[in-house]
Amino acid sequence: MNKWENNKAWFMVIPVFLVVAVSAIIPLMTVVNYSLQDIFGPGQRVFVGLEWYQDALTDPRLHAALNRQLLFSTLVLLIEIPLGILIALMMPKKGWGASLSLVLVALPLLIPWNVIGTIWIIFMRPDIGLLGAAVNGMGIPFDHTASPFAAWVTVMLMEVWHWTPLVVLLAYAGLQAIPDAYFQAARIDGASAWGIFRYIQLPKLRGVLTIAVLLRFMDSFLIYAEPFVLTGGGPGNSTTFLSIYLVKLAVGQFDLGPAAAFSIIYFLIVLLFSWLFYQALLKVGTGDKS
Amino acid sequence: MARINLEQLAHSYLANPQNPTDYALQKMDHVWEDGSAYALLGPSGCGKTTLLNIISGLLQPSEGRILFDGKDVTAIPPQERNIAQVFQFPVIYDTMSVYDNLAFPLRNRNLPETEIRPRVEEVAQMLELQDVLRKRAANLGADAKQKISLGRGLVRNDVAAILFDEPLTVIDPHLKLLLRRKLKQIHARFKLTMVYVTHDQLEALTFADQVVVMNEGQVLQIGSPQDLFENPQHRFVGYFIGSPGMNFLPCTVEGNVVNIGDLRIALPQNIGALKGKVELGIRPEFLKLHDQNRPDTHRVTIKEIENLGNCQILRVDLDGHALNVKVQEGQQVPSQEAFLEFPPEWIRIYADGRLIKQMPQDDPDMEP
Repeated sequence: MNKWENNKAWFMVIPVFLVVAVSAIIPLMTVVNYSLQDIFGPGQRVFVGLEWYQDALTDPRLHAALNRQLLFSTLVLLIEIPLGILIALMMPKKGWGASLSLVLVALPLLIPWNVIGTIWIIFMRPDIGLLGAAVNGMGIPFDHTASPFAAWVTVMLMEVWHWTPLVVLLAYAGLQAIPDAYFQAARIDGASAWGIFRYIQLPKLRGVLTIAVLLRFMDSFLIYAEPFVLTGGGPGNSTTFLSIYLVKLAVGQFDLGPAAAFSIIYFLIVLLFSWLFYQALLKVGTGDKS
Repeated sequence: MARINLEQLAHSYLANPQNPTDYALQKMDHVWEDGSAYALLGPSGCGKTTLLNIISGLLQPSEGRILFDGKDVTAIPPQERNIAQVFQFPVIYDTMSVYDNLAFPLRNRNLPETEIRPRVEEVAQMLELQDVLRKRAANLGADAKQKISLGRGLVRNDVAAILFDEPLTVIDPHLKLLLRRKLKQIHARFKLTMVYVTHDQLEALTFADQVVVMNEGQVLQIGSPQDLFENPQHRFVGYFIGSPGMNFLPCTVEGNVVNIGDLRIALPQNIGALKGKVELGIRPEFLKLHDQNRPDTHRVTIKEIENLGNCQILRVDLDGHALNVKVQEGQQVPSQEAFLEFPPEWIRIYADGRLIKQMPQDDPDMEP
């Protein structure tokens, strides 16, 4: 009887198990399965062991895409986190101005990702685009379909425009949660505006900034839709990030085996970096001074 | 050190105050003597914190002036007023060590490290923080954090006054006593002007030389704890101070005789004609309970007995009026009926909430 009662709990969690299995574990295991085989078509497959992993790890195009990806994510974090904090600091704290600025800031987050790519294609067109035509009109040649540099600048601008608002919202919420007494005490202690930021606001933002850094790193590392729509990975391979390369491999060339091995490696890289960031940010400013 | 004057001070949080209810702080003139310990006592929302923030400069008063030692500081920001303030919740700089926290106000004033070190160490010694000086402030308990916020005020040698805004709210009860004693020691040693805001009468009465009782933005009485207990100038003071508070009975007065319904009590002194709502006030401690009727007693019914361990509080009914009576632990209390004596020397008469002068031994300027 006791045994039956104890086991009843397992029935309760079965639905969750099923959902997780169908949504995560089974697809993931399928990918692992694919990554170990050469697939020619339905029912035609050969076990190849770790060959695809070896191929992927030695693929120069993958290395190039990984480097591009790392550079992209680093730039994203370096620009979006400080910019997000700065904007959050400048936003009004209360009244109608606070609501208005929140709505304005949140607007880019509400636009579907592929639409964002389209908006920026038009915005940056050298002939009719608002920004593209303006820059070209000043005599600076700027065409994201022709110049790798212009393509990078455009992708970065789009990414910063699209996702800095998330950092702003997180930082703004964090700033609003700081009790007034901290600012009053700092005024009495004679702290400068920089001192208030450095010793009150920044430490109190640590929790939300950890989340912001993790989210922005993972999202930017997995970016696909916007650069795919905007540049398609070009010109050349200059904006071919990991996910774009992966899709070219899997869908474009139908190399399911190598693409699967690549996916697993991709997944492990994201996991590893996220873990490193998380550990590093947890430790920031918690050690006792000796 | 400073003597703080408030001149015609009033504050409203509204931009355009029209009538008295728009003011969080009613117009007041008040002097905080140099080196005294004051408690600002009153219920939540009575304007205590508003007054404190005006003194420290965190808030600009809508009317009136503040003088420190005769110098007008109304427009001077808090960091230049030489005021220290300790808040309800301990404010510490999380990422700094205890030492850096204490040194922060001095570093902001660009003192050389060679001068900072001895001052920080002295304050740490006094607050018993010397063992944790190198520890991060964020990892300490609420009482240590509150000591740090106090220390950041003490470390400056130019501090004129220390303001406390309910500083013991988040401190464990057994540590409250220790911290309160520490505050008294610091006051005795530095002779700083201290203003301590609280809604806890025990805290106020043990901390302060002078207690300022506030309600609805007005100062109702300033006096020693004994004064507040024995001669509440206002009905509210009588009710707010003491546990339970003063008893009030509606009455009429003719000459030296008080009439409460059919009851008559003779007072030692004649009282002139009174206007408004007249009430008799007497503290539960001063009422005497007898089990035999005497010429000066009145029959009451005992409704409820509450035994507090060191005393008993009786709720009695006197011709439909409810009264609290405090009697000694161990005194035999009749179970149904008893006889209550109103010692005339402890009877206070209030008209429209204000004390009416009657006692010959009373100070002449106590007249409302």
